[in-house]
Amino acid sequence: MLSQQLVNGVLLGATYALFALGFTLMFGVLRVINLTYGFYFSAGAFIALFATRQWGFSIWLALPLAAIGSGLIAVLLDWLLLTRLRAKGAPELASLMVTLGAVLALYSAMTLLFGPDIRRLPPDVIGADALVFAGIRVTQAQFLVVGTTAVLVLALVALMRGTRLGVGIRAMAERPDAAELMGIDTARLAALVSFLSGFLAGAGGVLIGLNFNAIQPYMGEQMMLRGFVVIIVGGLGDLRGALIAGLLLGVIEVLTAGYLDSGLKEAVAFAILVAVLWTRPSGLFGQAVLRRA
Amino acid sequence: MRFSRVVAIPFVLASLATAARAEVPVGAIEILSGPNAAYGTSIKAGLDLALDTINKKGILDGQKIALTVEDSAGNKDQAINAARKLVGRDKVVAVIGPTLSNEMFAVGPVTNERRIPTVGTSTTANGITAIGDYIFRTSLPESDVIPVTLKKAQARGVKTIALMYANDDAFSKSGFDVMKAAAEKSGLKIVAIESFGSKDTDFSAQLTKIKGLKPDAIGISALVEPVSGVLLQARQLGFGKETQFIGGNGSNSPKLGEIAGAAADGLIVGSPWFIAKPDPISEKFVSDFQAKNGKSPDQFAAQAFDAMFIVAAAIDRAGAADSEKVRDALLKTNYSGVMGPFTFTSGRDPASTEGVVVLEMQGGKFGIAK
Repeated sequence: MLSQQLVNGVLLGATYALFALGFTLMFGVLRVINLTYGFYFSAGAFIALFATRQWGFSIWLALPLAAIGSGLIAVLLDWLLLTRLRAKGAPELASLMVTLGAVLALYSAMTLLFGPDIRRLPPDVIGADALVFAGIRVTQAQFLVVGTTAVLVLALVALMRGTRLGVGIRAMAERPDAAELMGIDTARLAALVSFLSGFLAGAGGVLIGLNFNAIQPYMGEQMMLRGFVVIIVGGLGDLRGALIAGLLLGVIEVLTAGYLDSGLKEAVAFAILVAVLWTRPSGLFGQAVLRRA
Repeated sequence: MRFSRVVAIPFVLASLATAARAEVPVGAIEILSGPNAAYGTSIKAGLDLALDTINKKGILDGQKIALTVEDSAGNKDQAINAARKLVGRDKVVAVIGPTLSNEMFAVGPVTNERRIPTVGTSTTANGITAIGDYIFRTSLPESDVIPVTLKKAQARGVKTIALMYANDDAFSKSGFDVMKAAAEKSGLKIVAIESFGSKDTDFSAQLTKIKGLKPDAIGISALVEPVSGVLLQARQLGFGKETQFIGGNGSNSPKLGEIAGAAADGLIVGSPWFIAKPDPISEKFVSDFQAKNGKSPDQFAAQAFDAMFIVAAAIDRAGAADSEKVRDALLKTNYSGVMGPFTFTSGRDPASTEGVVVLEMQGGKFGIAK
């Protein structure tokens, strides 16, 4: 039973990490607290819902479509809401309030349009049979979540470290004004980072919606609290930190529920968050900035 | 001389008004707008259908019932205002509703103080009728329905049970308390009690733990969305037909089949009424309701339909549109309606659970459990 519980924890943690990847990227580079992130997550899930239900797409087509669609929504919203604030150098609190208002308006509009009911992707988009090794059961959707998370972390780290684009993004994360002086088009890069984070959120929405069989307008909002925990404990802008913090949070929650008391699941997880920040205020892995990526 | 004439005029006017009206004012407070409007709309349709029959014949020698339905919008304050208006301005002799248990906890003390009999048709929480001597309900509380469901499970050989519930929602917690007490009373062995949040999507830790304990049944008290999530994930973790899933009141919704699909198959739940119940009174109600409203009734319409007849009959037996007499007459109710035979206990709750139907999910739809 312990092995199944550990696997449950890793699988749950992978969903937290997957949600947090784009969030930490956006936070670390653009340096704004953009709360619309959760909406990209919901939007991705709904795009996939329509692609599979209405147009009969397979999950392999619906997933990239939803990711790209959410990426474009992210670029548009970032441009609409934050360009002016960035140009004026408005305080962080202003972007927090603007995006908080916007995201609540977007969720309500989405609820009005689609209703608050929980929906599912068609059950036949992915095989329902669980794979069993030594008594441990893992479904194909869960494999997909873990696999995608691993691939995305590797791809993002490679992008940040190994390409000119990555160097530009890291330069901008460190000193946007200096990067601008060095000839980097920071407006274009900001749009690109928005697209990347929306893309990641959208993909996460599809896979997590598929895994938990629950797609509804506020699904992004419900992930936000844990998203915050993961990116703060992992260190703002630290991709590997987000991965490790997500997995830790998942495993701690599952082990608490499995061996202590299911009612204490959140109490223990968030008490550990407080303890971590007490001892390491910059996150588990110390000074967290994207340049280390 | 002059003095007595002045005093007499209002009396004459009042008696003239009563004679001309020849209507008995009854009030109802239901949710007709907002996210829970479906419940109140359904209840109102049930009341209206019953009134068609009642007013054709009349009560108290041919008087009609004038029913005023106020909207509470699911809001406690609005429900209290509606009650004050019905009692103060419309001078109703009885109030039907309100829709939700927590609205009744707000409205009940107000109408009880004014000594107006108040009859809940959809309030299932514990402690409703303890509000006061004028508070009645015709809806079976969960504590009456769940033992019937558990008895069905025991007849299928269930001896051990694990309980799961949403710990952040009063409805789910109260259903769980009832389920736990009923399981203990019926001699089932409770092997585990696990909780979750009603917005949770991951239940793997709790289900894995339960799976290790191999109970014959799992009882779940939560709203339909988390129940669907639990069932879907239970199937992923390898729970099969050997485990009997048992739902509380929250599972009694066609949404369960829509969300969980085949994963919900085999779940049983007790219901005060079922549309396909093989009973002539119930069948006539269903066809009349469909003819009038163009859609099928649900349990809320059925409960309201019976309650309207019960209240009308009590006013008739009371012999006058007098709320004190109506209250006493209500206690002597002996009625047979859509839900089955009906009397009140001395505590003003329904006395009989004979009408409870145990339903089973099969192919994403509820049918009568065999």
